[in-house]
Amino acid sequence: MFGDYFSRALIAGIGLALVAGPLGCFVVWRRMAYFGDTMAHSALLGVALSIILSMNMTLGVFAVAALVAGALIVLQRQATLSTDALLGILSHSTLAVGLVLVGFLTTVRIDLMGFLFGDILAVSVEDIAVIYAGGAVIVGVLIWAWRPLLASTVSPELAEAEGLRPEASRLLLMILMASVIAIAMKLVGVLLITSLLIIPAATARRLSATPEAMAIVAAVLGVIAVVGGLFGSRTWDTASGPSIVVAALLVFVVSLAVPVSRLFGRREIYGT
Amino acid sequence: MMDALAGKDVLVRLEDAGVARGGRTLVSGIDLSIARGEIVTLIGPNGSGKSTTAKMVTGVHKPTSGAVWRKQGLRIGYVPQKLSIDWTLPLTVERLMTLTGRFGRREIEEALDKVGAGRLLKAAVQELSGGEFQRVLFARAMIRKPDLLVLDEPVQGVDLSGEAALYRLVRSIRDTTGSGILMISHDLHVVMAETDTVICLNGHVCCRGTPSTVKRSPEYLRLFGERAAGSLAIYQHHHDHEHHDDGCVVAEGQVHDHSHEGHAHVR
Repeated sequence: MFGDYFSRALIAGIGLALVAGPLGCFVVWRRMAYFGDTMAHSALLGVALSIILSMNMTLGVFAVAALVAGALIVLQRQATLSTDALLGILSHSTLAVGLVLVGFLTTVRIDLMGFLFGDILAVSVEDIAVIYAGGAVIVGVLIWAWRPLLASTVSPELAEAEGLRPEASRLLLMILMASVIAIAMKLVGVLLITSLLIIPAATARRLSATPEAMAIVAAVLGVIAVVGGLFGSRTWDTASGPSIVVAALLVFVVSLAVPVSRLFGRREIYGT
Repeated sequence: MMDALAGKDVLVRLEDAGVARGGRTLVSGIDLSIARGEIVTLIGPNGSGKSTTAKMVTGVHKPTSGAVWRKQGLRIGYVPQKLSIDWTLPLTVERLMTLTGRFGRREIEEALDKVGAGRLLKAAVQELSGGEFQRVLFARAMIRKPDLLVLDEPVQGVDLSGEAALYRLVRSIRDTTGSGILMISHDLHVVMAETDTVICLNGHVCCRGTPSTVKRSPEYLRLFGERAAGSLAIYQHHHDHEHHDDGCVVAEGQVHDHSHEGHAHVR
Protein backbone atom coordinates (compact mmCIF):
# COMPACT_ATOMS: atom_id res chain seq x y z
CA MET A 1 0.00 0.00 0.00
CA PHE A 2 3.05 2.26 0.37
CA GLY A 3 4.01 1.34 -3.17
CA ASP A 4 3.12 4.36 -5.23
CA TYR A 5 3.73 7.99 -4.42
CA PHE A 6 0.04 8.85 -4.56
CA SER A 7 -1.07 6.47 -1.83
CA ARG A 8 1.92 7.52 0.29
CA ALA A 9 0.78 11.13 -0.09
CA LEU A 10 -2.78 10.16 0.89
CA ILE A 11 -1.68 8.25 3.96
CA ALA A 12 0.68 11.02 5.07
CA GLY A 13 -1.90 13.74 4.48
CA ILE A 14 -4.64 11.88 6.34
CA GLY A 15 -2.32 11.35 9.29
CA LEU A 16 -1.52 15.04 9.40
CA ALA A 17 -5.18 16.08 9.11
CA LEU A 18 -6.14 13.85 12.03
CA VAL A 19 -3.67 15.71 14.25
CA ALA A 20 -4.11 19.21 12.84
CA GLY A 21 -7.89 19.24 13.29
CA PRO A 22 -8.07 18.90 17.09
CA LEU A 23 -5.00 21.06 17.68
CA GLY A 24 -6.35 23.63 15.23
CA CYS A 25 -9.44 23.99 17.41
CA PHE A 26 -7.25 25.41 20.17
CA VAL A 27 -5.60 27.73 17.65
CA VAL A 28 -9.03 29.05 16.70
CA TRP A 29 -10.38 29.22 20.26
CA ARG A 30 -7.33 31.01 21.59
CA ARG A 31 -6.93 33.28 18.58
CA MET A 32 -3.48 31.98 17.87
CA ALA A 33 -3.73 32.02 14.08
CA TYR A 34 -1.10 34.69 13.58
CA PHE A 35 1.01 33.05 16.23
CA GLY A 36 0.82 29.76 14.33
CA ASP A 37 1.84 31.53 11.16
CA THR A 38 4.84 33.01 12.92
CA MET A 39 5.99 29.64 14.16
CA ALA A 40 5.48 28.14 10.72
CA HIS A 41 7.48 30.89 9.04
CA SER A 42 10.35 30.24 11.40
CA ALA A 43 10.44 26.66 10.12
CA LEU A 44 12.50 27.72 7.13
CA LEU A 45 15.12 29.07 9.50
CA GLY A 46 14.98 25.68 11.16
CA VAL A 47 15.63 23.98 7.84
CA ALA A 48 18.64 26.18 7.08
CA LEU A 49 20.10 25.73 10.55
CA SER A 50 19.68 21.97 10.56
CA ILE A 51 21.51 21.75 7.22
CA ILE A 52 24.34 23.97 8.51
CA LEU A 53 24.60 22.00 11.75
CA SER A 54 23.89 18.75 9.86
CA MET A 55 21.20 17.64 12.25
CA ASN A 56 17.80 16.02 11.78
CA MET A 57 15.57 18.44 9.95
CA THR A 58 12.35 17.66 11.81
CA LEU A 59 14.13 18.22 15.11
CA GLY A 60 15.73 21.42 13.83
CA VAL A 61 12.40 22.84 12.71
CA PHE A 62 10.79 21.88 16.01
CA ALA A 63 13.61 23.48 18.01
CA VAL A 64 13.49 26.78 16.11
CA ALA A 65 9.68 26.98 16.25
CA ALA A 66 9.76 26.31 19.99
CA LEU A 67 12.48 28.94 20.43
CA VAL A 68 10.41 31.51 18.57
CA ALA A 69 7.47 30.73 20.84
CA GLY A 70 9.74 31.16 23.85
CA ALA A 71 11.07 34.43 22.48
CA LEU A 72 7.54 35.69 22.10
CA ILE A 73 6.69 34.85 25.72
CA VAL A 74 9.79 36.70 26.94
CA LEU A 75 9.07 39.72 24.73
CA GLN A 76 5.44 39.78 25.87
CA ARG A 77 6.60 40.02 29.47
CA GLN A 78 8.54 43.18 28.63
CA ALA A 79 5.23 44.56 27.42
CA THR A 80 6.59 47.36 25.30
CA LEU A 81 5.18 46.42 21.91
CA SER A 82 1.82 44.82 21.29
CA THR A 83 1.73 41.08 20.69
CA ASP A 84 0.53 41.81 17.18
CA ALA A 85 3.59 43.90 16.34
CA LEU A 86 5.92 41.39 18.02
CA LEU A 87 4.45 38.58 15.95
CA GLY A 88 4.86 40.65 12.80
CA ILE A 89 8.51 41.20 13.58
CA LEU A 90 9.22 37.59 14.49
CA SER A 91 7.20 36.13 11.66
CA HIS A 92 8.79 37.98 8.79
CA SER A 93 12.29 38.29 10.17
CA THR A 94 12.60 34.56 10.83
CA LEU A 95 11.32 33.87 7.32
CA ALA A 96 13.74 36.40 5.83
CA VAL A 97 16.71 35.16 7.85
CA GLY A 98 15.83 31.63 6.77
CA LEU A 99 15.72 32.64 3.10
CA VAL A 100 19.04 34.49 3.36
CA LEU A 101 20.70 31.53 5.07
CA VAL A 102 19.36 29.13 2.45
CA GLY A 103 20.94 31.40 -0.17
CA PHE A 104 24.35 30.90 1.46
CA LEU A 105 24.08 27.15 1.30
CA THR A 106 25.84 26.73 -2.04
CA THR A 107 27.11 23.24 -1.27
CA VAL A 108 23.66 21.76 -0.82
CA ARG A 109 20.96 22.02 -3.40
CA ILE A 110 17.76 23.07 -1.71
CA ASP A 111 14.32 22.89 -3.18
CA LEU A 112 13.08 26.21 -1.81
CA MET A 113 9.65 25.85 -3.38
CA GLY A 114 9.34 22.46 -1.73
CA PHE A 115 9.86 23.99 1.69
CA LEU A 116 7.63 26.99 1.08
CA PHE A 117 4.70 25.11 -0.46
CA GLY A 118 5.42 21.52 0.48
CA ASP A 119 5.88 18.45 -1.63
CA ILE A 120 3.46 15.89 -0.36
CA LEU A 121 3.96 13.68 -3.40
CA ALA A 122 7.59 13.19 -2.40
CA VAL A 123 6.96 11.73 1.07
CA SER A 124 8.85 8.58 1.90
CA VAL A 125 7.84 5.67 4.07
CA GLU A 126 10.12 7.10 6.79
CA ASP A 127 8.26 10.41 6.58
CA ILE A 128 5.01 8.54 7.08
CA ALA A 129 6.46 6.79 10.11
CA VAL A 130 7.48 10.17 11.59
CA ILE A 131 4.04 11.64 10.92
CA TYR A 132 2.16 8.77 12.52
CA ALA A 133 4.52 8.34 15.47
CA GLY A 134 4.68 12.08 16.12
CA GLY A 135 0.97 12.44 15.46
CA ALA A 136 0.11 9.67 17.92
CA VAL A 137 2.16 11.39 20.61
CA ILE A 138 0.56 14.78 19.91
CA VAL A 139 -2.99 13.40 19.96
CA GLY A 140 -2.14 11.36 23.05
CA VAL A 141 -0.95 14.45 24.90
CA LEU A 142 -4.02 16.39 23.74
CA ILE A 143 -6.36 13.73 25.11
CA TRP A 144 -4.39 13.38 28.32
CA ALA A 145 -4.34 17.13 29.01
CA TRP A 146 -7.70 17.93 27.43
CA ARG A 147 -9.59 19.12 30.48
CA PRO A 148 -6.94 21.54 31.82
CA LEU A 149 -6.18 22.76 28.29
CA LEU A 150 -9.83 23.52 27.67
CA ALA A 151 -10.42 25.02 31.12
CA SER A 152 -7.48 27.40 30.68
CA THR A 153 -8.78 28.32 27.26
CA VAL A 154 -12.22 29.20 28.62
CA SER A 155 -10.82 31.19 31.55
CA PRO A 156 -7.21 31.16 32.76
CA GLU A 157 -8.32 32.97 35.87
CA LEU A 158 -10.92 30.39 36.78
CA ALA A 159 -8.63 27.47 35.98
CA GLU A 160 -5.92 28.92 38.17
CA ALA A 161 -8.25 29.59 41.10
CA GLU A 162 -9.45 26.00 40.99
CA GLY A 163 -5.97 24.57 41.09
CA LEU A 164 -5.02 24.14 37.42
CA ARG A 165 -2.00 25.74 35.77
CA PRO A 166 -3.02 27.78 32.72
CA GLU A 167 0.53 28.98 32.08
CA ALA A 168 1.69 25.37 31.77
CA SER A 169 -1.23 24.68 29.44
CA ARG A 170 -0.19 27.57 27.20
CA LEU A 171 3.36 26.28 27.06
CA LEU A 172 2.16 22.78 26.27
CA LEU A 173 0.04 24.05 23.39
CA MET A 174 3.00 25.94 21.96
CA ILE A 175 5.14 22.82 22.09
CA LEU A 176 2.40 20.80 20.41
CA MET A 177 2.10 23.43 17.67
CA ALA A 178 5.85 23.41 17.13
CA SER A 179 5.68 19.62 16.78
CA VAL A 180 2.85 19.73 14.25
CA ILE A 181 4.70 22.33 12.22
CA ALA A 182 7.82 20.18 12.27
CA ILE A 183 6.03 17.13 10.92
CA ALA A 184 3.79 19.06 8.53
CA MET A 185 6.40 21.22 6.86
CA LYS A 186 7.42 18.66 4.26
CA LEU A 187 3.83 18.03 3.27
CA VAL A 188 2.28 21.45 2.86
CA GLY A 189 5.19 23.82 3.35
CA VAL A 190 5.77 26.68 5.77
CA LEU A 191 3.38 29.07 4.06
CA LEU A 192 0.35 26.76 4.15
CA ILE A 193 0.70 24.84 7.41
CA THR A 194 -1.53 27.13 9.46
CA SER A 195 -4.36 26.73 6.98
CA LEU A 196 -4.61 23.04 7.85
CA LEU A 197 -4.84 24.01 11.51
CA ILE A 198 -7.40 26.75 11.06
CA ILE A 199 -9.71 26.03 8.14
CA PRO A 200 -11.01 22.58 9.22
CA ALA A 201 -11.43 23.79 12.81
CA ALA A 202 -13.26 26.94 11.71
CA THR A 203 -15.49 24.83 9.48
CA ALA A 204 -16.22 22.41 12.30
CA ARG A 205 -17.49 25.18 14.56
CA ARG A 206 -20.82 25.47 12.80
CA LEU A 207 -21.34 21.74 12.97
CA SER A 208 -20.53 21.14 16.62
CA ALA A 209 -22.20 21.74 19.97
CA THR A 210 -19.31 20.80 22.23
CA PRO A 211 -15.54 21.31 22.09
CA GLU A 212 -14.94 17.57 21.83
CA ALA A 213 -17.32 17.25 18.90
CA MET A 214 -15.61 20.17 17.21
CA ALA A 215 -12.20 18.50 17.56
CA ILE A 216 -13.45 15.28 15.99
CA VAL A 217 -15.38 17.02 13.22
CA ALA A 218 -12.30 19.14 12.44
CA ALA A 219 -10.20 16.00 12.06
CA VAL A 220 -12.77 14.44 9.73
CA LEU A 221 -13.09 17.61 7.64
CA GLY A 222 -9.30 17.80 7.39
CA VAL A 223 -9.22 14.27 6.02
CA ILE A 224 -11.90 15.19 3.47
CA ALA A 225 -9.82 18.20 2.40
CA VAL A 226 -6.66 16.11 2.02
CA VAL A 227 -8.37 13.38 0.01
CA GLY A 228 -10.31 15.85 -2.10
CA GLY A 229 -7.30 18.06 -2.67
CA LEU A 230 -5.01 15.21 -3.66
CA PHE A 231 -7.50 13.68 -6.09
CA GLY A 232 -8.19 17.13 -7.46
CA SER A 233 -4.51 17.82 -7.97
CA ARG A 234 -4.12 14.49 -9.80
CA THR A 235 -7.14 15.13 -11.99
CA TRP A 236 -6.31 18.69 -12.94
CA ASP A 237 -2.56 18.46 -12.51
CA THR A 238 -2.39 21.24 -9.93
CA ALA A 239 0.13 21.75 -7.11
CA SER A 240 -0.80 19.27 -4.37
CA GLY A 241 -0.26 21.38 -1.21
CA PRO A 242 -2.27 24.37 -2.43
CA SER A 243 -4.94 22.01 -3.80
CA ILE A 244 -5.47 20.58 -0.32
CA VAL A 245 -5.92 24.09 1.07
CA VAL A 246 -8.34 24.96 -1.73
CA ALA A 247 -10.33 21.81 -0.96
CA ALA A 248 -10.44 22.81 2.73
CA LEU A 249 -11.68 26.24 1.71
CA LEU A 250 -14.42 24.72 -0.47
CA VAL A 251 -15.62 22.60 2.44
CA PHE A 252 -15.68 25.75 4.57
CA VAL A 253 -17.73 27.67 2.02
CA VAL A 254 -20.21 24.81 1.69
CA SER A 255 -20.55 24.64 5.49
CA LEU A 256 -21.65 28.27 5.55
CA ALA A 257 -24.88 27.13 3.93
CA VAL A 258 -25.74 24.98 6.95
CA PRO A 259 -28.12 26.84 9.26
CA VAL A 260 -26.50 26.83 12.68
CA SER A 261 -29.61 27.05 14.77
CA ARG A 262 -30.93 23.79 13.35
CA LEU A 263 -27.97 21.89 14.65
CA PHE A 264 -27.42 22.55 18.31
CA GLY A 265 -27.68 24.73 21.32
CA ARG A 266 -31.45 25.02 21.46
CA ARG A 267 -32.75 25.56 24.91
CA GLU A 268 -36.00 23.92 25.80
CA ILE A 269 -38.97 26.00 24.89
CA TYR A 270 -40.13 28.00 27.86
CA GLY A 271 -43.15 26.44 29.49
CA THR A 272 -46.39 28.18 30.27
CA MET B 1 -5.62 29.17 68.76
CA MET B 2 -8.55 31.43 69.39
CA ASP B 3 -10.39 30.16 66.38
CA ALA B 4 -10.06 26.64 67.61
CA LEU B 5 -11.33 27.69 71.01
CA ALA B 6 -14.30 29.30 69.37
CA GLY B 7 -15.01 26.00 67.65
CA LYS B 8 -14.41 27.34 64.18
CA ASP B 9 -13.27 25.19 61.33
CA VAL B 10 -10.83 27.60 59.75
CA LEU B 11 -10.29 27.04 56.03
CA VAL B 12 -7.68 29.65 55.26
CA ARG B 13 -5.76 32.20 57.23
CA LEU B 14 -3.56 35.07 56.11
CA GLU B 15 -1.13 36.45 58.67
CA ASP B 16 0.49 39.77 57.91
CA ALA B 17 0.57 38.62 54.31
CA GLY B 18 1.60 40.81 51.41
CA VAL B 19 2.59 40.66 47.77
CA ALA B 20 5.24 42.78 46.08
CA ARG B 21 5.88 42.67 42.34
CA GLY B 22 8.90 44.26 40.73
CA GLY B 23 9.65 46.41 43.76
CA ARG B 24 6.07 47.60 44.04
CA THR B 25 3.95 46.59 46.98
CA LEU B 26 0.51 45.50 45.87
CA VAL B 27 -0.84 44.70 49.31
CA SER B 28 0.77 44.29 52.68
CA GLY B 29 -0.07 43.35 56.23
CA ILE B 30 -3.26 41.48 55.45
CA ASP B 31 -4.70 39.49 58.32
CA LEU B 32 -7.81 37.53 57.64
CA SER B 33 -9.30 34.15 58.22
CA ILE B 34 -12.28 32.41 56.72
CA ALA B 35 -13.97 29.60 58.54
CA ARG B 36 -16.57 27.13 57.36
CA GLY B 37 -19.97 28.78 57.16
CA GLU B 38 -18.51 32.25 57.32
CA ILE B 39 -19.00 35.04 54.80
CA VAL B 40 -16.16 37.50 54.39
CA THR B 41 -16.48 40.47 52.04
CA LEU B 42 -13.55 42.46 50.70
CA ILE B 43 -14.37 45.98 49.66
CA GLY B 44 -12.14 48.76 48.45
CA PRO B 45 -11.56 51.05 45.50
CA ASN B 46 -9.98 49.88 42.25
CA GLY B 47 -6.35 48.91 42.70
CA SER B 48 -6.72 48.51 46.43
CA GLY B 49 -5.53 44.92 46.30
CA LYS B 50 -8.83 43.04 46.53
CA SER B 51 -8.02 40.62 43.74
CA THR B 52 -4.43 40.22 44.91
CA THR B 53 -5.70 39.35 48.36
CA ALA B 54 -8.23 36.92 46.93
CA LYS B 55 -5.46 35.34 44.87
CA MET B 56 -3.40 34.82 48.00
CA VAL B 57 -6.42 33.08 49.49
CA THR B 58 -6.84 30.79 46.49
CA GLY B 59 -3.11 30.13 46.26
CA VAL B 60 -2.57 31.71 42.85
CA HIS B 61 -0.24 34.30 44.40
CA LYS B 62 2.35 33.28 46.94
CA PRO B 63 2.83 35.89 49.64
CA THR B 64 6.18 37.68 49.46
CA SER B 65 5.83 38.68 53.10
CA GLY B 66 3.90 37.16 55.97
CA ALA B 67 2.28 33.76 55.74
CA VAL B 68 -0.73 32.05 54.25
CA TRP B 69 -2.09 28.91 55.82
CA ARG B 70 -4.56 26.87 53.87
CA LYS B 71 -6.38 23.81 55.12
CA GLN B 72 -5.00 20.73 53.52
CA GLY B 73 -6.89 19.60 50.44
CA LEU B 74 -8.93 22.80 50.46
CA ARG B 75 -11.33 22.66 47.56
CA ILE B 76 -12.11 26.01 46.00
CA GLY B 77 -15.02 26.96 43.79
CA TYR B 78 -14.57 30.16 41.85
CA VAL B 79 -17.19 32.40 40.28
CA PRO B 80 -15.36 34.84 38.05
CA GLN B 81 -16.24 38.48 37.71
CA LYS B 82 -17.02 38.06 34.08
CA LEU B 83 -16.47 35.33 31.62
CA SER B 84 -16.89 36.01 27.96
CA ILE B 85 -16.90 32.88 25.90
CA ASP B 86 -16.11 33.46 22.27
CA TRP B 87 -18.55 32.17 19.69
CA THR B 88 -15.81 30.04 18.16
CA LEU B 89 -15.84 27.82 21.24
CA PRO B 90 -18.96 25.65 21.23
CA LEU B 91 -19.93 25.11 24.83
CA THR B 92 -23.20 23.89 26.24
CA VAL B 93 -24.17 24.52 29.83
CA GLU B 94 -23.82 20.80 30.41
CA ARG B 95 -20.23 20.85 29.19
CA LEU B 96 -19.37 24.01 31.10
CA MET B 97 -20.35 22.24 34.31
CA THR B 98 -17.53 19.74 33.88
CA LEU B 99 -14.91 22.31 32.95
CA THR B 100 -12.51 21.60 35.79
CA GLY B 101 -13.79 18.25 37.02
CA ARG B 102 -15.72 15.16 36.02
CA PHE B 103 -19.33 14.88 37.13
CA GLY B 104 -22.22 12.62 36.27
CA ARG B 105 -25.35 13.73 34.48
CA ARG B 106 -27.44 13.40 37.65
CA GLU B 107 -25.10 15.63 39.64
CA ILE B 108 -25.10 18.22 36.88
CA GLU B 109 -28.88 18.29 36.71
CA GLU B 110 -29.15 18.59 40.47
CA ALA B 111 -26.67 21.44 40.64
CA LEU B 112 -28.45 23.33 37.86
CA ASP B 113 -31.85 22.71 39.45
CA LYS B 114 -30.61 24.20 42.70
CA VAL B 115 -29.98 27.53 41.01
CA GLY B 116 -33.13 27.23 38.91
CA ALA B 117 -31.29 26.67 35.67
CA GLY B 118 -32.27 23.06 35.08
CA ARG B 119 -33.93 23.74 31.77
CA LEU B 120 -30.74 25.31 30.40
CA LEU B 121 -28.84 22.03 30.40
CA LYS B 122 -28.54 21.81 26.63
CA ALA B 123 -28.35 25.52 25.88
CA ALA B 124 -25.25 27.03 24.35
CA VAL B 125 -23.61 29.37 26.86
CA GLN B 126 -23.45 32.15 24.29
CA GLU B 127 -27.22 32.42 24.20
CA LEU B 128 -27.78 32.76 27.93
CA SER B 129 -28.83 36.08 29.41
CA GLY B 130 -26.51 37.73 31.93
CA GLY B 131 -28.54 36.51 34.89
CA GLU B 132 -28.86 32.97 33.55
CA PHE B 133 -25.14 32.77 32.90
CA GLN B 134 -24.36 33.96 36.42
CA ARG B 135 -26.59 31.23 37.85
CA VAL B 136 -24.91 28.63 35.73
CA LEU B 137 -21.51 29.85 36.90
CA PHE B 138 -22.71 29.51 40.49
CA ALA B 139 -23.90 25.99 39.79
CA ARG B 140 -20.57 25.19 38.15
CA ALA B 141 -18.67 26.33 41.22
CA MET B 142 -21.08 24.53 43.56
CA ILE B 143 -20.96 21.16 41.85
CA ARG B 144 -17.36 20.89 43.00
CA LYS B 145 -18.70 20.86 46.58
CA PRO B 146 -16.13 23.46 47.49
CA ASP B 147 -14.99 24.13 51.04
CA LEU B 148 -14.46 27.72 50.02
CA LEU B 149 -16.47 29.62 47.46
CA VAL B 150 -14.82 32.72 45.99
CA LEU B 151 -17.18 35.20 44.35
CA ASP B 152 -15.55 37.97 42.37
CA GLU B 153 -17.98 40.90 42.19
CA PRO B 154 -20.99 38.62 41.93
CA VAL B 155 -23.61 41.33 41.41
CA GLN B 156 -21.77 43.41 38.85
CA GLY B 157 -24.03 44.09 35.91
CA VAL B 158 -26.98 42.33 37.48
CA ASP B 159 -30.16 44.32 38.00
CA LEU B 160 -31.77 44.90 41.33
CA SER B 161 -34.03 41.88 41.39
CA GLY B 162 -31.21 39.72 40.07
CA GLU B 163 -29.04 41.03 42.84
CA ALA B 164 -31.56 40.08 45.46
CA ALA B 165 -31.88 36.63 43.95
CA LEU B 166 -28.11 36.17 43.89
CA TYR B 167 -27.74 37.12 47.51
CA ARG B 168 -30.52 34.73 48.42
CA LEU B 169 -28.63 32.08 46.52
CA VAL B 170 -25.38 32.85 48.32
CA ARG B 171 -27.15 32.59 51.63
CA SER B 172 -28.78 29.29 50.79
CA ILE B 173 -25.44 27.94 49.59
CA ARG B 174 -23.86 28.91 52.87
CA ASP B 175 -26.75 27.45 54.87
CA THR B 176 -27.03 24.17 53.01
CA THR B 177 -23.37 23.39 52.31
CA GLY B 178 -21.67 25.21 55.13
CA SER B 179 -18.87 26.31 52.84
CA GLY B 180 -16.91 29.44 53.62
CA ILE B 181 -17.55 32.33 51.25
CA LEU B 182 -15.21 35.09 50.17
CA MET B 183 -16.85 37.89 48.23
CA ILE B 184 -15.08 40.68 46.44
CA SER B 185 -16.89 43.90 45.78
CA HIS B 186 -16.00 47.33 44.60
CA ASP B 187 -19.63 48.10 44.58
CA LEU B 188 -19.89 49.78 47.94
CA HIS B 189 -23.59 50.26 47.74
CA VAL B 190 -24.48 46.83 48.81
CA VAL B 191 -22.99 44.49 51.30
CA MET B 192 -24.85 41.44 52.38
CA ALA B 193 -26.24 41.69 55.86
CA GLU B 194 -25.12 38.11 56.49
CA THR B 195 -21.51 39.06 55.95
CA ASP B 196 -19.67 38.13 59.11
CA THR B 197 -16.69 40.31 58.38
CA VAL B 198 -16.25 43.20 55.98
CA ILE B 199 -12.63 43.97 55.26
CA CYS B 200 -12.02 47.32 53.77
CA LEU B 201 -8.80 47.41 51.77
CA ASN B 202 -6.60 50.12 50.43
CA GLY B 203 -3.24 48.42 49.93
CA HIS B 204 -3.60 47.32 53.54
CA VAL B 205 -6.51 46.56 55.81
CA CYS B 206 -7.90 49.98 56.66
CA CYS B 207 -10.82 48.77 58.70
CA ARG B 208 -12.78 45.65 59.40
CA GLY B 209 -15.78 44.45 61.26
CA THR B 210 -19.42 43.69 60.79
CA PRO B 211 -21.11 45.66 58.01
CA SER B 212 -22.64 48.12 60.42
CA THR B 213 -19.43 48.82 62.32
CA VAL B 214 -17.44 49.31 59.12
CA LYS B 215 -20.01 51.74 57.88
CA ARG B 216 -19.40 53.95 60.87
CA SER B 217 -15.65 53.54 61.06
CA PRO B 218 -13.64 56.73 60.52
CA GLU B 219 -11.16 54.89 58.23
CA TYR B 220 -13.97 53.85 55.96
CA LEU B 221 -15.33 57.37 55.88
CA ARG B 222 -11.88 58.77 55.11
CA LEU B 223 -11.29 56.27 52.31
CA PHE B 224 -14.60 56.58 50.58
CA GLY B 225 -15.75 59.99 51.68
CA GLU B 226 -18.85 61.03 53.55
CA ARG B 227 -21.01 60.85 50.50
CA ALA B 228 -20.08 57.28 49.63
CA ALA B 229 -20.50 56.27 53.22
CA GLY B 230 -24.10 57.29 53.14
CA SER B 231 -24.65 54.77 50.42
CA LEU B 232 -23.23 51.67 52.02
CA ALA B 233 -26.43 49.80 52.18
CA ILE B 234 -26.66 46.67 54.14
CA TYR B 235 -28.67 44.32 52.13
CA GLN B 236 -31.55 42.79 53.98
CA HIS B 237 -34.30 40.85 52.43
CA HIS B 238 -37.95 41.47 52.77
CA HIS B 239 -39.29 40.50 49.43
CA ASP B 240 -42.82 41.22 48.53
CA HIS B 241 -42.78 39.82 45.05
CA GLU B 242 -42.65 36.29 43.79
CA HIS B 243 -39.89 34.73 41.85
CA HIS B 244 -39.88 31.99 39.32
CA ASP B 245 -37.40 29.35 40.22
CA ASP B 246 -34.91 30.98 37.89
CA GLY B 247 -35.11 34.28 39.67
CA CYS B 248 -37.15 36.25 37.16
CA VAL B 249 -39.54 38.52 38.91
CA VAL B 250 -43.07 37.44 38.17
CA ALA B 251 -44.53 40.81 37.41
CA GLU B 252 -42.23 43.51 36.27
CA GLY B 253 -42.30 46.94 37.81
CA GLN B 254 -43.17 45.83 41.27
CA VAL B 255 -41.66 47.85 44.04
CA HIS B 256 -38.88 46.38 46.09
CA ASP B 257 -39.23 46.34 49.75
CA HIS B 258 -35.79 45.64 51.11
CA SER B 259 -34.46 48.23 53.44
CA HIS B 260 -31.91 50.64 52.11
CA GLU B 261 -31.66 52.83 55.14
CA GLY B 262 -33.13 55.87 53.61
CA HIS B 263 -31.58 56.09 50.20
CA ALA B 264 -32.10 54.80 46.74
CA HIS B 265 -29.68 52.70 44.80
CA VAL B 266 -27.62 54.64 42.37
CA ARG B 267 -27.33 52.80 39.10
